[in-house]
Parts: sequence; C-alpha cells; structure tokens
Amino acid sequence: MSGDNGKELVVGSKLERLLKAGHFVVTGELGPPQNADRSVIEKKAGYLRDAVDAVNITDNQTAVVRMCSMAVAKMLIDLGIEPIMQMTCRDRNRIAIQSDLLGAYALGVRNLLCLTGDHQSFGNHPQAKNVHDLDSITLIQMVRQMRDAKKFQCGEEIKGQEPRFFIGGAINPFADPFDFRPFRLAKKVKAGVEFVQSQLIFNVPKFREYMKRCGDLGLLDKVYILAGVGPIKSLAAARYMATSVPGMDVPQEYIDRMANAVKGIPQEDKKARREAWEREGIKICAEIIQQVKEIPGVAGVHIMAIEWESAVPEIVKEAGLLPRPKLEA
Amino acid sequence: MIIAQRKPLEEIKEMVASYEKVLVLGCGTCVAVCFAGGEKEAKLLASELRMARQMEGKSTQIIDHTIQRQCEWEFIDPIKELVASVDAVVSTACGIGVQGMAERFEDKPIFPGVNTTFLGMPVQPGEFVERCQACGDCILDLTGGVCPVARCAKSLMNGPCGGSQNGKCEVNPETPCAWQLIYDRLAKLGQLERMMEIMPAKNWSTSRDGGLRKIIREDLKL
Repeated sequence: MSGDNGKELVVGSKLERLLKAGHFVVTGELGPPQNADRSVIEKKAGYLRDAVDAVNITDNQTAVVRMCSMAVAKMLIDLGIEPIMQMTCRDRNRIAIQSDLLGAYALGVRNLLCLTGDHQSFGNHPQAKNVHDLDSITLIQMVRQMRDAKKFQCGEEIKGQEPRFFIGGAINPFADPFDFRPFRLAKKVKAGVEFVQSQLIFNVPKFREYMKRCGDLGLLDKVYILAGVGPIKSLAAARYMATSVPGMDVPQEYIDRMANAVKGIPQEDKKARREAWEREGIKICAEIIQQVKEIPGVAGVHIMAIEWESAVPEIVKEAGLLPRPKLEA
Repeated sequence: MIIAQRKPLEEIKEMVASYEKVLVLGCGTCVAVCFAGGEKEAKLLASELRMARQMEGKSTQIIDHTIQRQCEWEFIDPIKELVASVDAVVSTACGIGVQGMAERFEDKPIFPGVNTTFLGMPVQPGEFVERCQACGDCILDLTGGVCPVARCAKSLMNGPCGGSQNGKCEVNPETPCAWQLIYDRLAKLGQLERMMEIMPAKNWSTSRDGGLRKIIREDLKL
C-alpha cells in the first residue's frame, strides 16, 4: 500500500494518507459530553465535518468524567468523520488499554493519540486512584509493538488480526526544561510515534526555536508535527491562560489585543462585547495558523476549540485552509 | 523513616468511647523521630483523652507506656501483662506496629492513634517529605538518586510531562517536578545522556500490586 507520492502507508487512515501525500493537514478536537446524549456529538460533528480532516476525541480530558472516547469515535465513523482516538494512562492499566485497542480497531478506529493524561486532582473526582501503569512513551512503544511485531505488551503473540493504528503523541514546547523538550520528542520518535500535536501555541517565536532544535536533531523527517492552535474566547480567558494554565505561554500582545477589542463598547452591552472578543479571538487564531504554517517542519495544525467547536469553520476559512482535500475511498 | 501524623483527638476519643481502661502505647522509633507517636506524644495524647473524658463525666483510667518498637516481638512480648490489665489499646505506632500488637493480643481491641503517611525524611525542621514508595525494584541508579515513582505525581518512568513549569509540578506549585530534579542532577553528574534512554514499562509485580510481599532469608532462620 502506498500513498499519493509513493510513501508507504502502514495503516491507510485518511490522516496518514493526507500527511504522506504532503497536504497541510487540519485536525480538530471534540470534547464528549458529561452525559449520555448522542445528539451532542452529532451537533459538534456538524461544525467540524467539512472544516477539518480528522477529529481528536478526548479521553476524559482534565480528568472530568465524559462519554468514553471509543464510543464517540465509533459515532464519528458512522457520521463519516475520521476520529483520532485519545488514550491516556491515568485510568487504565496495560490490560485495559490493550483490550480497548483491540475493540477500537475492530470498530474501525485507525488513529490513536497516546497521552499520559491530566492528573485527577484537576478533575471532578480528585479522590480517585490513578493508574499510570505505563507513561505516554511506554504506551507508544506498546501500540507500535502490537502493530508491527504482532505482540502484546507481555511479549505474547497476537494470533489473528492485530490492531493497526497510525500512532500519535503530544508535545509541549513551552513546558520545562525547554532545552530537553526536543529530546523528549526524539524519545517519542524512538518509541514509535508517527505524528504529534502540540500544546496551544501563542508564543510563535518560542515554538519556532523549538522546531529549529527539532530540525537540528534530525526529527523533522521522522515525525509529522501538527502545531496546536486555538481561539481565545474573551479577555478573562486570555488572562486565565496566561497566568493559571501550566505549560501555557500567552504573550502580553494578545492580552492587549483582547482588551482593545471591546474598546468603546459599553460594559452593559454584554452581547456586543462577547461578539467582539470572539471575532478577535478567531482572528488571532487564524493569524497564528498562518505564522506557524511558514515554519519548516510544520505538517499541519491541530485546532483546539473545546466547547466552542462552532468557531472552527470560521478559523479554517479565515486561515485560508478551505476547502479541505478529498481522498478517494 | 516511616512518617506518621497524629489522628485528631475527636476521632481517637470516639474509637475508645465504650472502653473503661485504655492504654496509649507509644513507639520509640520512627514515629518518635517524626514527633507523631513517641513517648512524649503518647503522654500528651493520654492526658488529652483524660481531660476530654473528664469533661464528659466518663472514666479517666487512661494510662500510657512506650516501647522501643511495636514492629518486633521482642519489644512487644514484655508488655503482655500491661496489655492484659486494660480494656483497649491506642497504639501510636505506624500501621505495622498496630498490626503487630493486634496479632500478638488477639482478644484485645487495638486502635490506631496516628495515620501512617509515607516513607520520607525531615528536609528541614517541621517539614517532612516523601521519598520512597517501596516499589521493590529500585531504579535510583538510573535517575540520579531522585525517585520518580514516589516523587512524580504520575510515577512517570519517562518524564517530565507537559505540566512541568519553572521546576514545579502542575499538581502542586510547591512541589518540585521530580523529573526536573532528575534532569538537573544528571546534568551535574555529567550523565544527561541517561535522559535519552527510554525506560521500559515498569514491572509493578514487585510493588504492592503483586500481592503481599515477603522476604525469606534462610541464613537468618533459627
């Protein structure tokens, strides 16, 4: 099996085919609901369908109980959207994870994003016991071994169909120690990761420096790097992200722009202020996409607009990334 | 050492409410060094219990005694008669001592007076910090003498995760990121290349996950 430009396909997912054909890929993110209502998924999927190439399904993000990522991934497949199923190490040991991977493959899931998982103290069950039997890197190793060596983590052979996923991971260029971050990506590549999505980028120069260092390590030909972007919803959100979200780096410039966006609009006119903020947030996001697109080694963008999925089509349009490429089945 | 913390008086008082004569039994080793359940703390607890019960018009027959270690029979056995003379015992030893007493004195109620909290050390006066989780397969040789199992909130074998910021852990901004400590220490040792090695999935069977752990030393058997 080979892609449009002759690169060998190992899984054949749409995401893999587009990346290997050299398209600038756009992925989105869908946060499952904190209930069992299927219509929420259908509504959010509607916003993302024609705006992105594949959609991440978060796995109980920020350790808040939500509909399970495998079920939502299956719903998206049925709706004709390609899912990237997220899998964290917080809630499942190696037995449960491998079992889920067998099931997810059987249901048609082909992309998997391997994560450590947010600590449960950030969520709505801080008294829970965490698992962390594996970490993101040993998870990547295990998924790769199941696919390429047809072996379970214990070394036992998988008799019959093995689960075959295009393997993803996460990078945070803004976490510390900064000098080690490119090396950490190198470790993930060594473990077998094939694409990565980054933490939200606002500090583009710092991300550019990170990418340069990844290039110096020879990583840019070995892994597809999708730059993580997202719209800021309000001035309060900008300030919160700048000061209270670990691993997030929001330059003052964007906080000022969000502040200026509502200049002249009276405090009482909440609707007009909200709309002005949202317009500015989407504009900043589109600008950042255009900036990161020019950085060597950036293979696409990953747009995170959790609980604001409706903003995605506009962002993609404003960034000049529509229409999305079509692939023959 | 084993670090413990005294339980609140109310909780202890409730446990022994229905007993007339109560022994508060201190332990002279770890819990004495961490000021949770040694001789001084046992005396203090006994007197707090006496006062509280006096105010409620209840029996004030609360005595105290301390032995060197409640985790070894040779120290437990000599107090057989003392234990027989009371209706219940509040042990201010760690969970090992409480269980040692319960095992030796089958018909006597033994209550915990402290919460056994972790294996650690006082890093400065009044500040005790966890250092070891007794996972049964020490890797400190690979991590510059800093344990990621005990000191990383996620026990990551290949850290630091994306939540490491300014050397601190995202779970608690006062806690140093274990992997930042490992990174800094390996840098000082000239062994940063260790950070590039992937540590394999940990074998947790030597940890609590494998069931009750036991060591047999034939050379020490009588």
